[in-house]
Amino acid sequence: MSAALARRLARDRSALVALASLVLIALACLVGPLLTGHPPERIYPDFVRVAPSLAAHPRPDEVRPALTRLAFRMRPTLEDVALERDRVRLTLTAQKPIDERSFRLLSRSGLFGEPAVLERSADGRRLLVEAPLRKLTFVLGTDALGRDLLTRCLAAGQVSLLIGLTAALAALLIGVVYGAVSGMAGGTVDALMMRFLDILYALPFVFLVIMLLVFFRAGLWLVLVAVAAVEWLDMARIVRTQTLSLKGRDFVRAASALGAGTGTILARHIVPNTLGPIVAAATLLVPRVILLESFLSFLGLGVQEPDTSWGVLIAEGARALESAPWMLAAPAGFLVVTLMALNRLGDGLGEALDPRL
Amino acid sequence: MIPLILRRIAQSLPTLFLVVTGSFFLIRLAPGGPFDLERPLPPAAMENLRRVYGLDQPLIVQFGRYLLSLLRGDLGPSFTFRDLTVTDLFARGLPVSVTLGSLALLLALALGLALGSLAALNRGAAADRLVGLAASLGLAVPNFVTAPLLQIVFGLGLAWLPVGGWADGNPKNLVLPVLTLALPHAAGIARLTRASLAEVLIQPHIRTQRAMGLPRTRIARHALRGALLPVVATLGPLAAALMTGSVVVETIFGLPGIGRYFVEGALNRDYTLVMGTVILVAVMVIVFNLIADLIAAALDPRVRLSA
Repeated sequence: MSAALARRLARDRSALVALASLVLIALACLVGPLLTGHPPERIYPDFVRVAPSLAAHPRPDEVRPALTRLAFRMRPTLEDVALERDRVRLTLTAQKPIDERSFRLLSRSGLFGEPAVLERSADGRRLLVEAPLRKLTFVLGTDALGRDLLTRCLAAGQVSLLIGLTAALAALLIGVVYGAVSGMAGGTVDALMMRFLDILYALPFVFLVIMLLVFFRAGLWLVLVAVAAVEWLDMARIVRTQTLSLKGRDFVRAASALGAGTGTILARHIVPNTLGPIVAAATLLVPRVILLESFLSFLGLGVQEPDTSWGVLIAEGARALESAPWMLAAPAGFLVVTLMALNRLGDGLGEALDPRL
Repeated sequence: MIPLILRRIAQSLPTLFLVVTGSFFLIRLAPGGPFDLERPLPPAAMENLRRVYGLDQPLIVQFGRYLLSLLRGDLGPSFTFRDLTVTDLFARGLPVSVTLGSLALLLALALGLALGSLAALNRGAAADRLVGLAASLGLAVPNFVTAPLLQIVFGLGLAWLPVGGWADGNPKNLVLPVLTLALPHAAGIARLTRASLAEVLIQPHIRTQRAMGLPRTRIARHALRGALLPVVATLGPLAAALMTGSVVVETIFGLPGIGRYFVEGALNRDYTLVMGTVILVAVMVIVFNLIADLIAAALDPRVRLSA
């Protein structure tokens, strides 16, 4: 990309905003899951479908039900609970002396820190235990299993963005090679290659992708390959048109007169000069790939558990829409903002390349 | 025109053959079969079933038989919907999908052309920006987000419209699915119309008309005629996609169209249903591309109807 192009793009404010939001989203997806305080797979059985909020959990009214559930699994009976601002005091009784290892359930639940024994009766069948309350925030709420939705969305974003970029890159490579070879060869070879492209255009490709995914057990890489196989056609057309117009230019003819082979001319002179439109087209390809992936994942054919993508999360959210609307809103928001930013950036690149506008 | 149509049909036959052959062997290469149940059938029963459906023959013989029955216009019996042929299934589902698809196409065209022209005629103005924003939003919100949102707002919240179901094509049941189908395409058409109309508006013949003092509406009409070409060019694939139903919309709104057959058929290894759907879609693409080309030729005599 030339400096002039960068300058023209820099004047396009909305494209810059789009670029900035993309960088922000990508960074957030990359490092965010480490900073939210919740591993993406962490399940909090006591906080299922918690609404988005900046205030910390557990709330005072959530402690008792959670303790009752825990006490059911711990052997000793819960005789008394004293709730303070940031800690609980539990009085436990049992028939036999109490095994302190059962307290591990307390910290494992995620609600409490390490418990400490304050008093112990002589026979060991009665204990006073104190445990600090943890502070858990679920900025975007939790899902149907009690996992932090923000962390899930960011982790899903890694997968969605990775698929988008990799598949677009693969489609780009296939398209550039096919288009450049076809345009450079010209004549019968070009006509045949374009005829083949026409046939491919007429094929119901999404069907092929779905068949591949259904019949051969979907995996992340298969999704990638399948999506790339569909999306390279436009790229090949663009590159071919560019190649045809470049082929007759003086600098290419000069290179050929100096004895450069076809391969060298393609690699050194043609492809670098088609890069501008290609980058613009590739930028527009990424959102299409992400959308296709999320469509496939929505149908349950794409990314599979334990991996997750925005499409997977949206599918979960659509099922829980009535009881937990944030489960749809959060991943859909991420997806829509990303797609809009990518579209805007691609358009901005295209406009910056078009001198007439 | 008639020889042209015939030539186009002849040209599309190799494509169609490729589609049929490719998908036939791809499906058969896939592991699993249509009669695999949770509890396996006794071998004798399995043997019988396979013989009845001709699956015991060598693959190439099956392929030949399938091609022959296709030539007779027979798409074969469905493997999962017992007692029904694929043609029966299409006869039931196609009217639903075509009704929804054509309404959505009309809505998308009306909305897209109106908003796109509005934006192009007021370039840089607030209306242009608003349309641009709405269009980019429309393109970015996938239909599996739109559909549940519409359901919860208009179906549950306001309770104006039913959340789903077909109800013999009751107009009230059509509103939400048609909206869901149309919105992204309306956005695409609006963007395309804006771009191509803006390009036509700076051309010399329009400048001449403006210099001669023609009213704005007359000029807009002239310009729009030329600007329609790129829109018409995209109409073929668009119409084909809309008429063959949408898995997402039909699943979310519980509609008995043909959009669901493909994924369901593939999951159940319903060979004939999958094949039938693929062939139907391919035929639709070919037909609607031809229609779009004919419309383009009618709009602009410079378009040669050669290839």
